[in-house]
Amino acid sequence: MTFLSYLISGLSLGSIYAIIALGYTMVYGIAKMLNFAHGDVIMVGGYMSFVATAHLGWPPLASILLAVVVCTLLGVTIEQLAYKPLRAAPSLAVLITAIGVSYFLQNAAQLIWSSNPKSFTSVVQLPSLKLFDGQLTISSVAIVTIAACILIIIALTFIISKTKIGKAMRAVSEDKEAAQLMGINVNQTISVTFAIGSALAAIAGVLLSSAYPLLMPTSGAMPGIKAFTAAVFGGIGSIPGAFWGGLLLGLIEIFGKAYISTQLSDAIVFSMLILVLLVKPTGLMGKKIHEKV
Amino acid sequence: MRKHRFRILALVLALGMLVLAGCDAAEAKDTIKIGGIGPLTGGAAVYGNSVANGAKIALEEVNALGGLQFELNFQDDEHDAEKSVNAYNTLKDWGMQVLVGTVTTTPGIAVAAESYKDRIFTLTPSASSPSVIEGKDNIFQMCFSDPNQGIASAQYIADNALGSKIAIIYNNADAYSTGIYEKFLSEANAKGMEIVSTTTFTDDTANDFNVQLTDAKNAGADLIFLPIYYQPASLIMTQADAMGYTPKLFGVDGMDGILTMENFNTELAEGVMLLTPFAADATDERTVAFVNKYKEEYDEIPNQFAADGYDCVYAVYEACTKAGITSDMDAKAINDKLIATFTASDFSIDGLTGENMTWAATGEVAKAPKGMVIEDGVYVGMQGGN
Repeated sequence: MTFLSYLISGLSLGSIYAIIALGYTMVYGIAKMLNFAHGDVIMVGGYMSFVATAHLGWPPLASILLAVVVCTLLGVTIEQLAYKPLRAAPSLAVLITAIGVSYFLQNAAQLIWSSNPKSFTSVVQLPSLKLFDGQLTISSVAIVTIAACILIIIALTFIISKTKIGKAMRAVSEDKEAAQLMGINVNQTISVTFAIGSALAAIAGVLLSSAYPLLMPTSGAMPGIKAFTAAVFGGIGSIPGAFWGGLLLGLIEIFGKAYISTQLSDAIVFSMLILVLLVKPTGLMGKKIHEKV
Repeated sequence: MRKHRFRILALVLALGMLVLAGCDAAEAKDTIKIGGIGPLTGGAAVYGNSVANGAKIALEEVNALGGLQFELNFQDDEHDAEKSVNAYNTLKDWGMQVLVGTVTTTPGIAVAAESYKDRIFTLTPSASSPSVIEGKDNIFQMCFSDPNQGIASAQYIADNALGSKIAIIYNNADAYSTGIYEKFLSEANAKGMEIVSTTTFTDDTANDFNVQLTDAKNAGADLIFLPIYYQPASLIMTQADAMGYTPKLFGVDGMDGILTMENFNTELAEGVMLLTPFAADATDERTVAFVNKYKEEYDEIPNQFAADGYDCVYAVYEACTKAGITSDMDAKAINDKLIATFTASDFSIDGLTGENMTWAATGEVAKAPKGMVIEDGVYVGMQGGN
């Protein structure tokens, strides 16, 4: 029973990592850049939903919608203002810019909402599910999180494999110049990628804050790093990789805490990462890239 | 051309700052310069801002009394030891005569080493680890030291028979939390208390407490000791509630702030016990006046850090007045006089965080912790407490 309860905690935490990791991996796959500000877009999503429910009294669904709209706009704006001018710059410059944007968002949030933590009211107000005569309690947030993660991965797979914009994304990811020559608007495709990634960040932000209802300007930073780890774990650039990487990371974290040591849980997570990268340097599902000479 | 214009703009700005800086120096002739260091931005910003705000209020009050005049320059250290030392050097260049800082422990250890070397009198509002004051005769603490809290908590639980099987969840990446835990553990063992579950977390894993709570629940713990800050504690309460697990919870001064956290469901904190030097809901005249003023100026309810900052400025003011310090003395002369005053047997301060506070030569403060329990969303003095 305890095992099942840990399994569900792990899946729920892993689902959140997976949703965030999808944003990292999509942007990396298409724009070939590590968007370290992604974690902070999550935090903005959490705050938006918080403001809508706690201050404006909106219903939870409307607050999620607001978070998605604001984060999408924010993601696209960041891309236009900070990353687009650096399209031809070395990748290190883009990376540093992303870190700068991350700090900018954290400090802007601190100016707007102050550094005092806020307690988030879960958007899922259903009673916990009790099974086996109350021996196993599953919180409704956990169920919604896992379900949302599965829905998102199905929708994303559909968009990427079946729609025109998905086709454009795959083309840009494979070869930017060739895609441009074939008449694909590369800039627009990258913007759409950022929009989708940021919308996912908003949903992740709401789910993260619902599961762990503590909102601070730095709330997104650590989950962002963990999700980045998950994306690398699964193979950065690969969408199923981000999904499995996220889930596995969540499970390893919880099981490591439960059965090995609460002190070493992070050490266990990162040792697994090192092991995977030693055996398979491109991550679990990463594609091997052949360098053409 | 565009670049050129920027350069001119930068030059104008730089000149402007020089002029402003000049004004400051001219105004500050007859004031004693107090330097403050703490995190004003970053993850620990809530503590630094609270201390700075509390200190500012005290400063206004003290200056309004018309006696010695003070000036406060509070620098940001982002809870980072290196930046803290930089902030310290900035303050030294500014001409700091007394240091109120640092707010947090890790930077505090680094800065205290410097201010000990430079002979600048230092009173930390809230860096509670003994390593901040150890072996340094001019570093004093306004807050309880961590060992004191651990020992007092264990005694409290034992004396009042609050729990028979005890679980502990602490942050093993944090010197504050670990320090309290270690002393609590040794005192609890000495008292023959039964500790059935000990689990940890770090700042990086402070979101999911399911494992720790399940461990405590399966071990049959009826009281969980939480020597941690209120942010992770709020998550523990939420998750224990979702699990349907209702042990008694016992916290330390870091738990203060839980009731004022925006949008927090205070029903979850019902029955939580804690030892704290300051409660914003206390009804004594001094606390009420401070809380009202703080709310008016900063639109927030002050926590114990704000009260520590406030008390620090008052302690410096009273000590300076008693020692006959004037603003033209250098930091070293002030340092020697203040050490003698703080450790004198007839020197005591009545503040927000305690009555009759006195200091030992080690720099440790002596004051009685107040046992509080949360009832109907407010702190109430615990029975058998003081």
